Amino acid sequence: MAEEMVPVYIMGKLYEVPAGLTIMKAMEYAGYRLIRGVGCRGGFCGACATVYRIANDPKLYVGLACQTIVQPGMYLAQIPFFPAEKALYDINQLKPEPETIFKLYPQVLRCLGCGTCTKSCPQELDVRAYMAAAMRGDIARVADLSFDCIMCGLCSARCPAEEPQYNIAILCRRLYGKYLAPRSKHLEERLREIQEGKFDEEMKKIKSLSVDELKKLYSARDIEPE
Amino acid sequence: MSYTPEMRESIKKVEATRPYRLHNDFPPMSLQEREEILRKFHPDYIEDKMRPIRVGVSKGQRMPLELADVMEGKPRIDPDKFDLSEVDYETDVLVIGGGGAGAAAALMAQEHGAKVILATKLRFGDANTMMAQGGIQAADKPNDSPVIHYLDVVGGGHFVNIPDLVEALVMDAPFVISWLESLGMMFDKEPDGTMRTQHGGGTSRKRMHSARDYSGAEIMRTLRDEVRNRYQDITVLEFSPAIELILDENGQCAGAILMNLETGEHLIVKAKCTVLATGGSGRLHYQGFPTTNHYGATADGLVIGYRAGVPLIFLDTMQYHPTGAAYPEQIVGLLVTEKVRGLGAQVLNVDGEQFVFPREPRDVESAAIIRECVERKKGVKTPSGMCGVWLDSPMIDILHGPGTIQRELPAMVRQFKRFGIDITKEPILVYPTLHYQNGGLQYNVDGSTVVPNLFAAGEVTGGVHGRNRLMGNSLLDVLVFGRRAGTSAALRSKEVKLGRLTLDHVRQWIRELKEAGIEPKVESPILLPDYTRKVK
Repeated sequence: MAEEMVPVYIMGKLYEVPAGLTIMKAMEYAGYRLIRGVGCRGGFCGACATVYRIANDPKLYVGLACQTIVQPGMYLAQIPFFPAEKALYDINQLKPEPETIFKLYPQVLRCLGCGTCTKSCPQELDVRAYMAAAMRGDIARVADLSFDCIMCGLCSARCPAEEPQYNIAILCRRLYGKYLAPRSKHLEERLREIQEGKFDEEMKKIKSLSVDELKKLYSARDIEPE
Repeated sequence: MSYTPEMRESIKKVEATRPYRLHNDFPPMSLQEREEILRKFHPDYIEDKMRPIRVGVSKGQRMPLELADVMEGKPRIDPDKFDLSEVDYETDVLVIGGGGAGAAAALMAQEHGAKVILATKLRFGDANTMMAQGGIQAADKPNDSPVIHYLDVVGGGHFVNIPDLVEALVMDAPFVISWLESLGMMFDKEPDGTMRTQHGGGTSRKRMHSARDYSGAEIMRTLRDEVRNRYQDITVLEFSPAIELILDENGQCAGAILMNLETGEHLIVKAKCTVLATGGSGRLHYQGFPTTNHYGATADGLVIGYRAGVPLIFLDTMQYHPTGAAYPEQIVGLLVTEKVRGLGAQVLNVDGEQFVFPREPRDVESAAIIRECVERKKGVKTPSGMCGVWLDSPMIDILHGPGTIQRELPAMVRQFKRFGIDITKEPILVYPTLHYQNGGLQYNVDGSTVVPNLFAAGEVTGGVHGRNRLMGNSLLDVLVFGRRAGTSAALRSKEVKLGRLTLDHVRQWIRELKEAGIEPKVESPILLPDYTRKVK
C-alpha cells in the first residue's frame, strides 16, 4: 500500500511528506539536518517553536515542531530564537514584592491585556492571566499560573506590547521559590544532623560491608507503605 | 489518533480487574529472581550486541557495538595540520556541556573565584536534565537517612557501585535540595513546608522530590537563569561543541578545541582546568531502541575524554526505561515518567493482569515487560507492529482523589492530549526505551580524573550508579558532582601553570588505531544524529 503523502511548505518551499509525521520529522524527511529549532524532541525544551498557517485559512497557528502533526497545505516557519529582554539581577538582593517586578520589568505595566499571548502558547497556559497578576504584583499567582512554561518565546514573538512574558514569569517563580514558599523544617533538621556528623559512623560501617552482608541487609529492608 | 477498537477491547479487561488491583500489588522479586530475569531478557545480556573496544587505556572493555564504533572513530581534525598557536579564549575554568552538571559546575566555579567559559553544543539548557520529569532523591525525611539511601542505591546498582561516590551522592543530597531552594526553585510542598515525596523504583522510602512533572525543567531553567545573571564571570558559548581536548607538554589538560556548529569555524580555548559535563549517548540508539534522550546525546565527552586518557567503567550497561510511550506512533520512545508508578499506577498485560511489581528497579521492570511481550506474547499490538503493555494511569485519581493526575502530571496529560488520549481516563501503552548510560568515564569524589586538571561530572561519568541507576538519582548526580567538579576546578586553577599546548594524544590515538588495523567507520565525536531521509 502506497504511503499517503501530504504537501507542506517549509519556509515557502513545497515538499511532499508522509501523513502522520510531526513537523520536525517532516523537515528531516524533506532532507533538513537540523541544528537550530530542535532540542529535546519531547516537548520540554522549547527549542522548536513553530508558526504556521494552513492554505485558505488566514489564521496564524503555533505549535512545537516535535509535538504537532503535519496537515496538508501547512506553511511552516520556525522561531528557534527570540531576542526578548531578560533583566539581570542578583536574586539574593531582591525583595519578594511588587516593586521588584516593576523595577526590573517596567514594561509589564504596558500590557494591553489583549490575550494574543494566551492564544500563542503551545502549552495552553493563560499567559494573559499571569501577566495581569504580574501587573498586580501577585508573585505567587504568576509563579503558579506560569509553572508549566517551557520558555519557547512564542508569547513574546506575538506580543504587540513587546513584553518578555516568559522572563517575567521565571523572575516570579524564583522569587516565590526562594522567599515565599514555606520552609521545610525536616530539610533544615537533616542538614544540621549531617553537619553534626550524626550519620558518619553508620556510613563508615555500611561502606565497609562485604557484598554478601549488603545483600542480606538489602533483602531485609522495610519498605515504607504506599 | 485515539486507541484502536482492538486496544479498546483490552482496556475493558483492564477496567474489569481494576477494583481488585487497587488494593493488591504484585509481589516484588527476590534478588535471585531479579538476576534470572535480567539474564534472560535484559538487552545488556545479548552477547552479540556488545564487543570489546580495541584501543586506548580501557582496551578490552565491552560496550554496545554502536558505541564501540563511535569510540574508535577518526578525529575530526588532523593533529599534524592543526594550528594551536592562535588562542581564541583564555579562562580559568572551561565547562563543556550546558545541562544540569555543566550549569552547576559553572556556578560553583564562579563562586570560588574563577572566570568561566561554558561551551555547549546546542542551546544552553538543551539537555537531558531539562527532560527529567519525575524528581530528585534526597533522604531528608525523619523516617529516612543517607544510610538507607545508600543501601537503596547499591542494591539497585547490583552492589558494584563505588562506595566513596555513593557516599558523596547521598550525603550531599539534602544540601543540593537546599541549594536549589536558595536559587528559587519551586518544589512540591504541603502548606506547612513539608516536601511532598513519592516512591521510585527500588526505593525503600518516599524520597522523590518533585516539581509537578517538570522537575528537571524547573531545575534547569533556574540554574540557567542564574548562570545568565552572572554574565560578568561566566561566558556562555552556544552551538559550540568541543571536538577535542587539548593537553600541554606535561600531560595536563589545557582546554579544548570547539567548533562553531553553524559556521564550522574552530575555536581554541586555553583553560587552566576543564570540566567535561557532556551527558550521555541515547541518540546512538543501541540495538535499534528508540530513546528518551535529547537530540545532542551522542557520547561526545566519552570520545574526547577517552582519547585524552581517562579510563572507562560499566559501559556495558545501558538503562532501558521501563515505560517509554509505545503509542501513538509520533511519540514512540518518549518518556512516561516513573512518577506515574510512584503514584500507584500498575503495569498490566493484554488481559488486564499484573505480571510484575510496579516499582522494581528499572532494569528488572524493563526485563519483565520484555518477557511479557516477547516470551509470553501477552502484550498489546499497535497498528505499526509494536508491542506494549498497559500502565494504568486512571488508578492514580481513584487512589489519591480526582484531579491528582492533572496536578501531579500536567506534562504527561498535555503530551497525550495532543494525540487524543486522556490519561486521566484511559491507560497508557508503554514499552522499554533507551534512557541512560549507567557507565562512563572514571572519576573521583572531587570530580577529578586521572588526567591532571580534567574533571568530569554527570552522565558522562560512571561508577556511582553501579550497573543500574535508580530513578531520581540522575538529577541528584548531575548536581552533586557538577557542584563538586566546579568547586575543585576553580580551586585547582589557582595553582595551575600550563606548558606548551599539544595534540600529541590525538596523534597517539591515530597511531594506535592504525597499529590495531582499525579502519574507523565514522568521524567522532559525531555531534548530532542524522535523521534525514537518504535521497537517491
